[in-house]
Amino acid sequence: MTLLELKIGQLGRVEEVSGERSFRRRLLELGLVPGTEVRVLRVAPLGDPLELAARGCRLSIRRKEAAEIRVTPVGPS
Amino acid sequence: MNQIAPSTPDVLLLVGNPNVGKTSLFNCLTGARARVGNYPGITVDRRSGRASARLTDGSTRELELVDVPGTYSLAARSHEEQITLAAVLGMDSEARPSVLVAVVDAGQLSRCLYLVAQLIELRLPLIVALNMADEAGRAAPEPAALERLLGVPVVTTNGQTGLGGQELLRRAAELVLSPPQLPLFHVPYPEALRRDLDRVVEALPSAWRSNVERDRALALWALSSLDEHDELVDIPVELRSRVTRVLASGRDIDLEISASRYGAIDALLARLELGDAEQRLLVTERLDRVLLHPVSGFVAFLLAMLVVFQTLFAWADPAISLIEWAVGSLQQFLVEVLPRGIFTDLVVEGVVLGVGNVIVFLPQILLLFFFIGLLEDSGYMARIAYLMDRIMRALGLHGRAFVPLLSGFACAVPAILATRTLERKRDKLLTMMVVPLMTCSARLPVYTLIIGALFPVASLFGLPTQGLLMVGMYVFSLVISFLAAWVLGRTAIRGRAVPLILELPPYRRPRLGPTVRMMREKAGQFLSEAGTVILAATIVLWALLSFPRQAENVTHDCPPSQVAETAASPARTASPACPAATTSGQSARLDNSYGARLGKTLEPALAPLGFDWKIATGIIGAFAAREVFISTLALVYGIGEVDDEALPLRDRIRRERRADGQPVYTPLVGLSLMIFFALACQCMSTLAVVKRETNGYKWPAFLFVYMTALAYACSFIVYQGGSLLGF
Repeated sequence: MTLLELKIGQLGRVEEVSGERSFRRRLLELGLVPGTEVRVLRVAPLGDPLELAARGCRLSIRRKEAAEIRVTPVGPS
Repeated sequence: MNQIAPSTPDVLLLVGNPNVGKTSLFNCLTGARARVGNYPGITVDRRSGRASARLTDGSTRELELVDVPGTYSLAARSHEEQITLAAVLGMDSEARPSVLVAVVDAGQLSRCLYLVAQLIELRLPLIVALNMADEAGRAAPEPAALERLLGVPVVTTNGQTGLGGQELLRRAAELVLSPPQLPLFHVPYPEALRRDLDRVVEALPSAWRSNVERDRALALWALSSLDEHDELVDIPVELRSRVTRVLASGRDIDLEISASRYGAIDALLARLELGDAEQRLLVTERLDRVLLHPVSGFVAFLLAMLVVFQTLFAWADPAISLIEWAVGSLQQFLVEVLPRGIFTDLVVEGVVLGVGNVIVFLPQILLLFFFIGLLEDSGYMARIAYLMDRIMRALGLHGRAFVPLLSGFACAVPAILATRTLERKRDKLLTMMVVPLMTCSARLPVYTLIIGALFPVASLFGLPTQGLLMVGMYVFSLVISFLAAWVLGRTAIRGRAVPLILELPPYRRPRLGPTVRMMREKAGQFLSEAGTVILAATIVLWALLSFPRQAENVTHDCPPSQVAETAASPARTASPACPAATTSGQSARLDNSYGARLGKTLEPALAPLGFDWKIATGIIGAFAAREVFISTLALVYGIGEVDDEALPLRDRIRRERRADGQPVYTPLVGLSLMIFFALACQCMSTLAVVKRETNGYKWPAFLFVYMTALAYACSFIVYQGGSLLGF
């Protein structure tokens, strides 16, 4: 499943990041490498972007790109 | 001092991620002795300052500190990002740093160590400043433990209290004096990647080559930075083609590099046994539940923006009036004490006015950067970007462009300076090209004059028409600016759509010191760089409107008979008789000036918009600043002092007739004129700051041409369409 399909608050583990090179490289540099745990904290009031928690920091990306991050859910939803 | 300071002090470079308190630490170490400049060729601030380290033997050593813009990685896509590597290695006229200081956030070690890993790979003398340890609480490592694992000196610092600053300087100075030991931290890259690195190393230019480790680090940089879309400069063709060939191997090299580095970092962190990093985000999380909430979040956002906007709009006003009053008084004083003549006119109407035209922007610049400082420092700026991104995305912009765009409603000049908070060059450019379309406060006096003079006090559906027209002008400018952003983003300023990645830093208490410092820096940069252009343009404009001179105009005798030939003759009978002596002298001078001749030359071109040569002259004068339209028009019509309400001028323009007896100013002409003012780039100060921020004449020229063309087209459609419909 993709990060977009993860329920709000549910923990997932990054499997694969795809997408345009510079964006993907930046996400990898920020630590969203395979195996990293990530959580979707909330969605912005206008429906986009999302707020993520990973490696002890808060990041925001748009839906379109969240759909490019494949994750497996960890633990109970 | 028992030692003479060397003429070229050792350079200490502060490198680190954004939001780790790097600039605070820099300010703390250098005190008030910082200089702000630009990196050559690009508008990225380069901050430097001096500090002296006290060594254990009691001697002191002068150090030059340079604050490099925050970055998550050395890998670069743009010229702007490339300067980090250039600064670290001492390329491009940058002095080679003696020591690198990697500033890390103790609570976000893993991400910060990603950059540290790259610095270690370069084998340059390095020291780690472990910052914000108090905020991180139990998630912060012991500096000694981290030092043991990295094999690099680690000093705990606090950019707010100054704690650890002296120790940092001392240990940095010691690194200069005695070469550092080899670092222990090491990233085990896969075998295949190491072979690729050796192939890339062969293609490195000889100037980049040094030792094996640094060569490999540069090869890693090249592999993760270069591709067909990058905007990097001075990359040898051979290196490019080698990287392209290696990248074509089909392996996922970006992933290999980042996964290897994070693998090594995670292993190191596991040995430090740190506390939960989420712990320190509890307050942030609680605040975000309110501030990012669909309802309360928007209410808070609107309130915050209201305060910013209201302040820029209203609070700056007294200061602006004071500056205008001071400039006016000084002009009056100089006219009285200096002998009459061209020199005095140049000083009074060129230089003094020009200086006034520059400093009049300071209240708004200072206020805007006061708010930007507080918003950035508190962490709320990133939340604004988060909340507004959906709307800004529709314009092809990033959420961060919201604050500059909003500020454009007060004044385009500080708003354009504020585009520096945007990361991408394309976003900066697009925002700069759209901001001047916002209804800035200088347009209001013009709208007030026209609406007050030409539109009757009446009501439409129970609402006052005059007020509706004013609101209509705001809506019009918003709609046009959205359209312009949409079109420009797909034509002249096309850029590949870059996805949003926004860090939402923890909320922190904003501090006044750094904010005041930034305000001072921004104001200083504006005065020295854009200010000179505005001053020069004011003098040129003065010359345009006062030459060629006629000897008789210098006399200030009461009835100036010479002006009788001018078309403005009814004006003088209407205006109060004698105090207007100088005014009518100026008026006559204006009538014969190059500016008025230009106005007359332009008349045929502007006639389809409903404008005569007098309006055209007013438009030329308004180039100094839009509200100058009113005083230029007053001069054209020979009216003396114009007060805020411009009542005599209102009467005057209502009575102005064409040769055929028809009024010059019909409501339709008024509308056409307002639309022209809404859209034309009638502001040399805006052009001056765009020139300064884009480092060239191309974009200000483009801005001027596109806005003027847009203004002409829209006014043409309104006037011709309205005339056809019988208005």
